[in-house]
Amino acid sequence: MAGSTIAASDRVAALPRAVEARRPRPFPWETVVVHVLLLACVAVIAFPLYYALIISTQTVQEVVARPPILTPSGHALENYGQAWTRAHMGRLLWNSAVVAVVSAVGKIVISMLSAFAVVYFNFRGRQVAFWMIFVTLMLPVEVRIMSTYEVIGNLGWLNTYAGLTVPLMASATATFLFRQFYLTVPNELCEAAQLDGVGPLRFLVSFLLPLSWANIAALFVVLFTFGWNQYLWPLMITNTEAMRVVVIGLQDLIPRTGTHVPEWNVMMAAAMMALLPPVAVILAMQRWFVKGLIETEK
Amino acid sequence: MPTSIRRWAVAVAALALVALPADALAKTEIHFWHAMGGQLGETTNELVKQFNQSQSEYEVKALHKGTYPEVLTGAIAAYRQKNPPHIVQVFDVGTQTMLLSGAIYPIFQLLKEQEVAVDWADFIKPVTGYYSKDGNLYSLPFNSSSPILYYNKDAFKKAGLDAEKPPTTWKQVGEVSRKIIAAGGAKCGFTTSWPSWTMLENTFPWHDQPFATNENGYTGLDTKLLINGEFGVKHIGQLAAWQKDGVYSYGGRMGQPDPKFINGDCAMLIQSSAVIGGFKKAITKFAWGTGQLPHWGPPYKKQNTIVGGGTLWVMKGQKPADYRGVAQFMKFISEPHQQMWWSLTTGYVPITQTAIKNLEAGYHFKKNPEQWTALSQLSAAPTANSRGHRLGNMAQLRDVIEPEFENIFAGKKTAKEGLDAAVARANEILKEFAAAHKP
Amino acid sequence: MRRAVFKHRGLPYLLVLPQIVVTLVFFFWPAFESLRLSFFRTSPFGDRTFFVGLENFQRLLTDPEYYRSVVNSFVFALGVTALGVGAGLFVAALATQKIRGLAAYRTAVLWPYGIAPPVAGIIFLFMFHPSYGVLPYWLSFLIDYEFNWLLKGWVAMALVILTTAWTHVGYNIAFFLAGLLAIPQSVLEAASVDGAGAVRRFWAIVFPLLSPVTFYLVVVNLIFSFFGSFGVIHAVTQGGPGGATDIMVFKVYKDGFIGLNLGSSAAQSVILMVVVIALTALQFRFVEKRVTY
Repeated sequence: MAGSTIAASDRVAALPRAVEARRPRPFPWETVVVHVLLLACVAVIAFPLYYALIISTQTVQEVVARPPILTPSGHALENYGQAWTRAHMGRLLWNSAVVAVVSAVGKIVISMLSAFAVVYFNFRGRQVAFWMIFVTLMLPVEVRIMSTYEVIGNLGWLNTYAGLTVPLMASATATFLFRQFYLTVPNELCEAAQLDGVGPLRFLVSFLLPLSWANIAALFVVLFTFGWNQYLWPLMITNTEAMRVVVIGLQDLIPRTGTHVPEWNVMMAAAMMALLPPVAVILAMQRWFVKGLIETEK
Repeated sequence: MPTSIRRWAVAVAALALVALPADALAKTEIHFWHAMGGQLGETTNELVKQFNQSQSEYEVKALHKGTYPEVLTGAIAAYRQKNPPHIVQVFDVGTQTMLLSGAIYPIFQLLKEQEVAVDWADFIKPVTGYYSKDGNLYSLPFNSSSPILYYNKDAFKKAGLDAEKPPTTWKQVGEVSRKIIAAGGAKCGFTTSWPSWTMLENTFPWHDQPFATNENGYTGLDTKLLINGEFGVKHIGQLAAWQKDGVYSYGGRMGQPDPKFINGDCAMLIQSSAVIGGFKKAITKFAWGTGQLPHWGPPYKKQNTIVGGGTLWVMKGQKPADYRGVAQFMKFISEPHQQMWWSLTTGYVPITQTAIKNLEAGYHFKKNPEQWTALSQLSAAPTANSRGHRLGNMAQLRDVIEPEFENIFAGKKTAKEGLDAAVARANEILKEFAAAHKP
Repeated sequence: MRRAVFKHRGLPYLLVLPQIVVTLVFFFWPAFESLRLSFFRTSPFGDRTFFVGLENFQRLLTDPEYYRSVVNSFVFALGVTALGVGAGLFVAALATQKIRGLAAYRTAVLWPYGIAPPVAGIIFLFMFHPSYGVLPYWLSFLIDYEFNWLLKGWVAMALVILTTAWTHVGYNIAFFLAGLLAIPQSVLEAASVDGAGAVRRFWAIVFPLLSPVTFYLVVVNLIFSFFGSFGVIHAVTQGGPGGATDIMVFKVYKDGFIGLNLGSSAAQSVILMVVVIALTALQFRFVEKRVTY
């Protein structure tokens, strides 16, 4: 289904054209029902975020009011301001951004290089290298949790950006994606380049790379989201507020016990700030995102 | 001298002038890891600032490392990486782990070797009982509390009860609850936060009952729990019966039941005295007061409750010169002035007799009677049953006991069945701890 | 298939080196260390280690708490998968009935995927809060039952399942959409000419054609919810109440980091390794046929 999947993802991405190609039909009631159902689905899916947004604009009294107030109030600025200062949002968001961008870029670079080597060279140990990379799919963090912690500790990388990003940079899925893609590049290109005396690295940079931008963009969106939303890894290896990422730093604001005034409004403001970047990236680049998701189904 | 060389000489000299004094003026840093978040964290920072400003050799750097378990884990990890903090705040249930670790520098030894004089006799007995070995204090209590009763005065008034007289016996708790529910003052009578800590770990010593063998673990590692004995079954059984009637409403673990009291759903709450400060801010809807932890009365003696909260442990492996600063910080914290300030600001109990006397003299407790409640439960000299708990992996024991509570209060098991199951598992955990600490 | 290749001796090794190094240092070595540690009992401060052979495993396999966490993991994984894949199929099927607005609908349902499950968990935690949440309030008008997830295990489990399925439904929809759009219109039109109604058309023709996608999504959802769900549990329920949401990946963390029982945590890791190898092998065997080199 590979070929049709890629074609389908492009089709999904190129929808306006598909609409034009359809002949107008008589208006059946079925359509209305479908739209209503779909809108209901969208509403249900969107409700939690809507609710969080509303709460983030209210005061504490409004938050605990009965019956619950479902319309926005006017205190957004204070709440977001409070969340920003109390949770040191600036630092948290920066850390998340560093992890997301560095790990995404790192993964892309490393995977490209490995895939290139595996496809365009016949070297001894090629099989071994390939399987080693493959096996990492079977070793998620949970399976090596305490010992990876020890390793990071021994390297002195606890609580550092290096510790947060480097271990995330090995990605079998990205390597497979590039490998898959390189396999579709016609042989003639490579042969012609070699005839012209082009060396392998120049081939990679001047020929393959320009062709790969679509895949790279797609991967970047997926990997950025993935890196931003990392939880267990940063939880384990950072232990100061200065190095925490936003999905973890939020925890400090949760009013868990009775001695906390139930400041869910500030909490929701913080949550909104935490989820906005990856959601914004997905919305802005959703074509790439869908492409990236579907093409990394390896 | 050629100009270029002269310029170099000036530069080097200037650099030297800038570099050396800076070095000589640099204070020695002392790292203090703690679990005090929010308001308490700010107060801790303030305390540390006071110390730093009181002398110029050392600078204590306080770091909020997360929750109690996170702080402990972090400290252990750092120790294994040969880079531990100087001082770490560990919760009461971590006491046994710390004592047997070989990674700590006992307080009494530290202060003795640093020739810092401290009046050990001034510390209140329940404090020294919990954290001493062979009569010597191993860690310094920092934020000490005990479980007390909080009650909704408005709900009492509505039921025609005297709002200044909280119930003192469990029987009264039952009666009062029914009256209040009947009068519509609340939906439930009472709930309990930190259920294992309040209803077992403190209730047993309060009634001079043994929580575990070997004097609650003090005299041996092959300890077994005794909570499924007659007293335990009676107490928890009563709670289970009340749960069915609505007199008692189990609200979950740690501080999760607090909202029930704050909302006015439950008229009474059994919680740590540590939340007094927080409640003053959070409870605005009704007047409230405190009373002692309820007691069954005769034939049980009214003994004492146990100090909960956190203590400060000093870690080995630091530069010898640093320890002088650590000792000075410890002494600073235990001075009456700091004890009083800390207690007034946070609501935690002061741990020296002098501080308590001074507060009394200042009519502090008359003005803030709720802060006396906890102290009043800590004044008796402890017996073998009420010194404290020396149980390994105690946090895990709570994780075993509280799920069984949930079974009991949901009606899935009787009190005896639940407690028996808890004890069976708990004893396994204690055995594992003993095995890992074979001498 | 003859591929054009470059003839270089040393370069390929250099190119794969970064990935291999990271893989060795951060994947293989820790995995072997986990295996090794699982045969020891260690004191919390690490100053004492005893070789205990298979004792950690024995203890786990006779521990009802451990079985409970296994059951919880499966309940959670199956719940998320059923809900996520089911809802995904429903929405995708609807969205391809009427093409107009497809892009907008797809956007409108995809974005929750960008929200980290723990963050979504916090939002759901509040929505379901027994004292302050809007949903228990509304539900109280329908049913007289206290949906208190702090006390009732199954409510807590439902909460985390709902949260995780919510973040993941967009992913499922994207794949179903792609799969549905790959079905030739001619097949569908032929069926409608034959007089088959929309629903029958769907089950008789579309669904079987979708089965590769469905199978893939089921396996991926299972793997994801089995292993990627640590964040939700840690942020929302911490395995409670009473161990009701204590799943295997959370227990590994809890026993290792909080309980400081490194041997048991390592043993649990080893068991998880076996599970994930089995699931991944399943995924590749039956879904991907292109991995054979």
